[in-house]
Amino acid sequence: MSVALITVGLLALGFGLLLGYASIRFKVESDPLVDQIDEILPQTQCGQCGYPGCRPYAEAIANGDEINKCPPGGEATIKKLADLTGKEAKSLDASHGEEDVKKVAYIREDECIGCTKCIQACPVDAILGAAKQMHTVLTNECTGCDLCVDPCPVDCIDMVPVTTTTASWRWDFKQTPKGDIPVKMVS
Amino acid sequence: MQLPQFEDIISRLDKGQTWSFSGGVHPAGNKHLSNQTCTVHPSLPEQLIVPVRQHIGTDGQILVKEGEQVKKGQPLTQSSQAFSVPIHAPTSGTIKAIGDHVTAHPSGLSETCIQITPDGHDTWVSLTPTPHYLEIEKSELVSQICNAGVAGMGGAGFPSHIKASGSKSVEFLIINGIECEPYITADDRLMREQAASILEGVDILTHLLSPRAVVIAIEDNKPDAIAVMKQACESRTDIHLVTVPTKYPAGGEKQLIQILTGREVPRDGLPIDVGITMFNVGTCFAVADAILRGKPLIERIVTVTGSAVERPGNYWARIGTPVNHLLSVAGYLPKQQKQPEVIMGGPMMGFTLNDAAVPVVKTTNCLLIPAHNELTHGSDERACIRCSACADACPVHLLPQQLFWHSKAKEYDKAQEYNLFDCIECGACAYVCPSEIPLVHYYRKAKSDIRVERDERNKADKAKARFEARKARLEREKLEREAKHQKAKEARLAAVDNKTTSSSKDKVAAALARAKAKKAQQAGNSDATANETSSAPQDNKKAAVAAAVARAKAKKAAQQAAQQHTDTPPASNKSTDGQNVPPVSDSAEDAQAEKKQRVAAAVARAKAKKAAQQAAQQHTDTPPASNESTDGQNVPPVSDSAEDAQAAKKQRIAAAVAKAKAKKAAQEKNK
Repeated sequence: MSVALITVGLLALGFGLLLGYASIRFKVESDPLVDQIDEILPQTQCGQCGYPGCRPYAEAIANGDEINKCPPGGEATIKKLADLTGKEAKSLDASHGEEDVKKVAYIREDECIGCTKCIQACPVDAILGAAKQMHTVLTNECTGCDLCVDPCPVDCIDMVPVTTTTASWRWDFKQTPKGDIPVKMVS
Repeated sequence: MQLPQFEDIISRLDKGQTWSFSGGVHPAGNKHLSNQTCTVHPSLPEQLIVPVRQHIGTDGQILVKEGEQVKKGQPLTQSSQAFSVPIHAPTSGTIKAIGDHVTAHPSGLSETCIQITPDGHDTWVSLTPTPHYLEIEKSELVSQICNAGVAGMGGAGFPSHIKASGSKSVEFLIINGIECEPYITADDRLMREQAASILEGVDILTHLLSPRAVVIAIEDNKPDAIAVMKQACESRTDIHLVTVPTKYPAGGEKQLIQILTGREVPRDGLPIDVGITMFNVGTCFAVADAILRGKPLIERIVTVTGSAVERPGNYWARIGTPVNHLLSVAGYLPKQQKQPEVIMGGPMMGFTLNDAAVPVVKTTNCLLIPAHNELTHGSDERACIRCSACADACPVHLLPQQLFWHSKAKEYDKAQEYNLFDCIECGACAYVCPSEIPLVHYYRKAKSDIRVERDERNKADKAKARFEARKARLEREKLEREAKHQKAKEARLAAVDNKTTSSSKDKVAAALARAKAKKAQQAGNSDATANETSSAPQDNKKAAVAAAVARAKAKKAAQQAAQQHTDTPPASNKSTDGQNVPPVSDSAEDAQAEKKQRVAAAVARAKAKKAAQQAAQQHTDTPPASNESTDGQNVPPVSDSAEDAQAAKKQRIAAAVAKAKAKKAAQEKNK
């Protein structure tokens, strides 16, 4: 009897120590869910969701916020978030904006007065310029977040839709037979 | 798996035996339509449209301007990038426009093109052939191939000079004359008509790569080409001419390697990884043209075929020839088609053109104009019945039906697990499909979607990194600012704690001294200024400030003096006219005044810097203001500070003071 008790007790102690060690040794620093959600979000940092950037929104989703507040990501992002979080894929919350074509900012350089306000507003440092010098947008870095448009005192920033190039073109069935491939021969 | 060894391969090839690849199909060739007649040089089109980018890699820089005259063969672009070859003017003429034009891409989107109006003379630029290519450096030869704009003419358009400059040792140099796709006969005609030139190109590539063996492979449905090539190679023991049984897609690079050597190219690898380099016969011809005749790649053979043209055949089309010109040359029969349809490339891998104005590019080997009912389009797609005929036909061991399911359902990660990107889009699966599913279509769509998604993800990652870097920077700046404020606060508190009447008195005294100095200066009492400033606590700095101000004034006064032709020294001039003639008051308009101020400030800055440098060398103690008053214009004042940094600071202060004064003066004048 006593042997059994001692054995069970030792086993319990052993496993307890093992688990205790593992919880320290393999401690997860941050919530991995937040990282995964952040990966899915489009990283425009536009703040249309009401949070200051994509990561804060990812944290909010991890804490139970709705997943349909990201207009730049659109339905595709909502679907992915729904798959990840196990929530229902709702349609985009229109109060946060509507899904739009991808755009980039363009500064009409003649009209720019060099006030640097847009530079301060840009979340990804994609605007180049200095005080009283003309500014310009690095189109490759611009996420199209729209945040530079409002601060401009002379309204010289336009949001220009990104044109499709042959590199970014997706094959389209609806255009058939336009750009279609002839698939089969009658022999 | 043990790779077949070199000796085994050679002995097998010499016996006429080959390996085979799994799958493949046997579509009707229909090559007789176009291979019966000689290659024709069509008339010059009214307009040539040369796309700047015609191959994998990057675009070059455009070298010509609109309205410029160009000669045939003149380079139009250049690039220092390795993965880029230039394009050349296909004929002599005028650059009509440089801009977007629809190009040979299934999307029908526009890309930058150079449009040339031919002048009809077709005058060549001066050519520099290299007939004795054995005597020059190999690297020089490779760069000549690059400068001639040679890109792979089999289909993908890989820049040839990169393959030709391989550093790895090459066992087999394979010359691809397979041309397995139905209808196309461009390589067939080229081999029949230009066998000698092709062999010259092979010799050049052999010289560059020094392979252990050269193999020319031709499919057995081209007996005439085989006969001609055999004759040309008769005296050549180093070249193995191999006849390959007809099977589609035997002309694919990896498939042909498998047929000839039994080796398989790794899925992420290149042929060079198994010791093989392959060139198309057309590329060999272009290389020979480039080296031996100095001609850049400006024309190629294009098969114009199908039942909806009157004279199907092969044409030497200049790069940039619009498709509709070739159609009119070949005699397009619109009545044979229900709706106009032109396929660029073959029936298995080509794509339907959106616009007949699309130009011929370096990779265009065929224009197929099928009559109604000549080809089907899989328009009545039915459900997949899981017959697995596609898997049997696939030459790269894929499971097309699985790829199809996942691509259709947009489960792209699963499609990639089934190695979607190993698909060579040969169309064999779609050809055998009893449900007429356009399988390749789904794969191409899935591939492009995955590519675009990957690009977007990369962009998002970059944006995230930039956002985080910015956040970190703002945080750091905030902390720095706070630290600065904290420091200032502490200093203030300390000052309050040690509050003694003397310190505040000092400040008052200093302020008074400054005010006095200013007044004295305005009065033109230069000695007094010097004295006052020297008595002030920050002797050097103030002296310099005063000096700069004085200089600015002196300058202005000198200008005035020059205008008035008075002999009075500038300083005294100022002193007499002091109050009613402020420095800027002479100028009539504010704008002018402002300009003058700026000029004066700049001059003052420049002088102060010079003076500081001089002072550093000479260590003179002359008071600056008096110096100015005696020597007026050409002796700059000297500050005592030795360091450049201090001097620069002083200059700025001096300029600012000068500006402020000028402004004040202007305001006074306005009163």
